[in-house]
Amino acid sequence: MRRISIAVFAACLGVFAPAGAEAEEGAELTHQSWSFAGMFGTYDRAAAQRGLQVYTEVCAACHSLSLLSYRHLSGIGLDEDAIEAIAAAVTVTDGPNDEGDMFDRPGRPADRFVAPFANDKAARAANNGAFPPDLSLIVKARPGGADYVYALLTGYEEPPAGFELQDGMNYNAYFTGHQIAMPAPLSDDAVTYADGTPATVAQMAHDLTTFFAWSAEPEAEARKRMGVKVVLFLIVLTFLFYAVKRKVWRGLH
Amino acid sequence: MSAPVFKNPIVRWVDYRLPIFSFMHHEMHEYPAPRNLNYWWNFGSLSGIVLMAMIVTGIVLAMHYTPHADMAFASVERIMRDVNYGWLIRYIHMNGGSMFFLLVYIHIFRGLYYGSYKAPRELLWILGVVILLLMMATAFMGYVLPWGQMSFWGATVITNLFSAIPWVGESVVAWLWGGFAVDNPTLNRFYSLHYLLPFAILGVVFLHMWALHRFGSNNPLGIDTKGPQDTIPFHPYYTYKDLYGLGVFLIVFAIFVFFAPNFFGEPDNYIQADPLVTPTHIVPEWYLLPYYAILRAITFDIWFLEAKLIGVIAMFASILLLMFLPWLDRSPVRSAKFRPIYKWVFWVFVIDCVILGVVGANAPGDLVFPNPEAVPDPETGDLPGFKYLLLGQIATAYYFLHLLAVIPLLGLLERPLPVPHSISRPVAAGAGVRRMEKA
Repeated sequence: MRRISIAVFAACLGVFAPAGAEAEEGAELTHQSWSFAGMFGTYDRAAAQRGLQVYTEVCAACHSLSLLSYRHLSGIGLDEDAIEAIAAAVTVTDGPNDEGDMFDRPGRPADRFVAPFANDKAARAANNGAFPPDLSLIVKARPGGADYVYALLTGYEEPPAGFELQDGMNYNAYFTGHQIAMPAPLSDDAVTYADGTPATVAQMAHDLTTFFAWSAEPEAEARKRMGVKVVLFLIVLTFLFYAVKRKVWRGLH
Repeated sequence: MSAPVFKNPIVRWVDYRLPIFSFMHHEMHEYPAPRNLNYWWNFGSLSGIVLMAMIVTGIVLAMHYTPHADMAFASVERIMRDVNYGWLIRYIHMNGGSMFFLLVYIHIFRGLYYGSYKAPRELLWILGVVILLLMMATAFMGYVLPWGQMSFWGATVITNLFSAIPWVGESVVAWLWGGFAVDNPTLNRFYSLHYLLPFAILGVVFLHMWALHRFGSNNPLGIDTKGPQDTIPFHPYYTYKDLYGLGVFLIVFAIFVFFAPNFFGEPDNYIQADPLVTPTHIVPEWYLLPYYAILRAITFDIWFLEAKLIGVIAMFASILLLMFLPWLDRSPVRSAKFRPIYKWVFWVFVIDCVILGVVGANAPGDLVFPNPEAVPDPETGDLPGFKYLLLGQIATAYYFLHLLAVIPLLGLLERPLPVPHSISRPVAAGAGVRRMEKA
């Protein structure tokens, strides 16, 4: 009976397998090694901070990060002064004031990341009709997660012979349909890292992905830390319950 | 049953006026449970505990959530980022939904295997099916609330099903939407109902428990308890057995909440709803996939009935039919242990339901066994080979065949094994062997 159950279960998995292995239209992703992977993974603070720099200097020209406030950046290890400096570097439209007018002021840590465009229409108008998505949740919002974002950032190449690329589009091996409106955002030495890390495309893509993984799941470190304690506690508790159950039932057997 | 004497004078004072402690004593301590229940009997109480956890976390989430089409998505993210332990509460609620269905499905299949739906527990079973229906409605509406892409498009697809109703379909859909598309009014009423329905579930669960306590639990042997030698008090025996099961379950639950919180989710639901962009694959949550597969299996008109209408009827019938199971199954024996053929047919049904789930998760036009060499038809883009659509049609056909033909016929044709005389004496009378069933 048991052997047959196992065989049946294996057969079910066989039905599952093609579903899991079904390739997206994009090329197959290669697994990168991420500091935040696994049960005990944490965000590499230096990489995330470098990623923030790449976002600010490159991506932020088109992409918003609307779910984040500057104060959240303490999560990647920036201190109050650094956060205040980053916030102060942007201009925020506030108001209305007592005269009823809107006014500009320097940003504060409590402000949300300032979006590059006033609204979606403006974003489309400036980008050839394509909408640059908000990046706060990008790692959580794509199948493949961090590996996908990294692959997309490094996946620009010449279209294969015979591939018809539409006007204004770019070839990317990992994008569904291989045509993406965003031109290759990264090129070697697009930024200059303060810590002297060579700014290769791969390095920047890795740093950016780490930053976006954090921005998608800023709670992940606290969650996993708590999870280890909770599961250990539950194992002990379950063991106790089992012992009590055994003791209560002993008289019956 | 003698009235208990309480030592505590306050308890005694209260109990004289409102016999709540007597009631609890009667339903917990004196309540006789068969002594041979196995661990498959843990899943009812586990489901009840998860229902309570869902209500508690849900009420807290409702304190922070904004049911408005423009703000719902951001308010959920605010819960995840800025509310103290908001991520924990939301992930418990999100995964709790999946866990609830997982437990309830195991609970249902346990009932199917051991014949728990048979007389005198028909109403108990029917109330259970009502709970399942209410759960499905609640879960569906809850999934819409974060207002992500899958929320919005799932709501669009499912509400559109009602347009299949002849003559009044379109009006019914507009009435459900509160407009001419899924929009803010839809979100508002779903929020209201998502808050209401769990309490309706609670009410039906109460009736379910009431009906259960009328005759007590069924048991793995499927025979009636014959006297006190067959039963043990629910407390402490099953309270502690349930607590141990609860511990094991909570470990599994915690692993999902803390280490794989989005395992059951769709990445698309972390994209804010956009009525102008349709996701490539619109799929419901895993626990609704089998019904989705049945819905999509019907691609042909029958007489004057449109395929879509038949699909909707088939989908609802797949659950409503379960209510008639006590009368479809004519076998006098409850437990599959003593039904040599049903024992196997049961597993075929389980596998059929799993297959329906897999089909629901895949596009109907895709190949079940992907073949890179398959050449699509130049005109229609069709791939030659065994597609999910066909697999879904076969599995749907078997689902109904099982309930409407296999089960009734088995009741007539199958020769059950001899059933033991009693739980405390499980070997068939006349065998001359006495052995205590290990409980």
